Amino acid sequence: MKITRRAEFSASHYCSSPALSAEQNAAVYGNGANPHGHGHNYVLEVTLDGTPDPVTGMVMDLKVLKEILNDEVVHPMDHRFLNREVPPFDHIVPTPENIAREIWRRLSGKLNMPNARLHSVRIYETEDLWVEYAE
Amino acid sequence: MTRLGRRYRFSAAHRLHSRQLSAEENRTLYGKCNNPFGHGHNYVLEVILRGEPDAKTGLLASLEPLDLFVHETVLAKMDHRYLNEEVEPFDTVPPTTENLAIEIRSRLEQNGGGFFNNGVYLDGVRIWETRRNMVEY
Repeated sequence: MKITRRAEFSASHYCSSPALSAEQNAAVYGNGANPHGHGHNYVLEVTLDGTPDPVTGMVMDLKVLKEILNDEVVHPMDHRFLNREVPPFDHIVPTPENIAREIWRRLSGKLNMPNARLHSVRIYETEDLWVEYAE
Repeated sequence: MTRLGRRYRFSAAHRLHSRQLSAEENRTLYGKCNNPFGHGHNYVLEVILRGEPDAKTGLLASLEPLDLFVHETVLAKMDHRYLNEEVEPFDTVPPTTENLAIEIRSRLEQNGGGFFNNGVYLDGVRIWETRRNMVEY
């Protein structure tokens, strides 16, 4: 059985790879490469795959899940400039692909219970663009 | 594995009518969707890619060329059209959301040679005919 919890955070970022020239960065990322940054209201969907506990009827206590999401993602990233304030995005381009993988890295060890484990992390950068990461 | 979903919108008219059924059977099966004058929807199309992001750019797909590809392959052909009259194969195949999903996926696959070849695959499409019904293929 899968359960999904949603969280939201707002942050600024820009996309520019040190491995590329300024012209190449502008060509690849377009106006997303503006080094002053720009922002998004990110929506995060975290999905667990597991079986409900026979006593509580819950795959996971959602209060606990919410606290983990707050500690690992929302508090460190909300109202932050990702490139300047949130490692590893000082040296890894904060594309939604890399943000999804980083959030997976932060959560997978904390969401690995006997009856349930992290299934996938989906991040919406806008309503019209999402990226999902799973291992 | 990484998947990326990108959402697009187009508006089109259609009429649900099967050539293999009689007029009476069509009316019974499709109800008001069989109205001979047609009717329209604001469709939402989600194109889902699958693969590994490029190590250098951190991108699974650059959005500008993806948007251009979907626009040229699907949106420009279907937006503000009467599907039954103007968009093949819906002159013969009833333009249900199911058949629309099959056709759009096939168009993306057939024309995606420049796009789906560097370890990036078309994972599927989702189409909302209204906000209350969605088909995934």
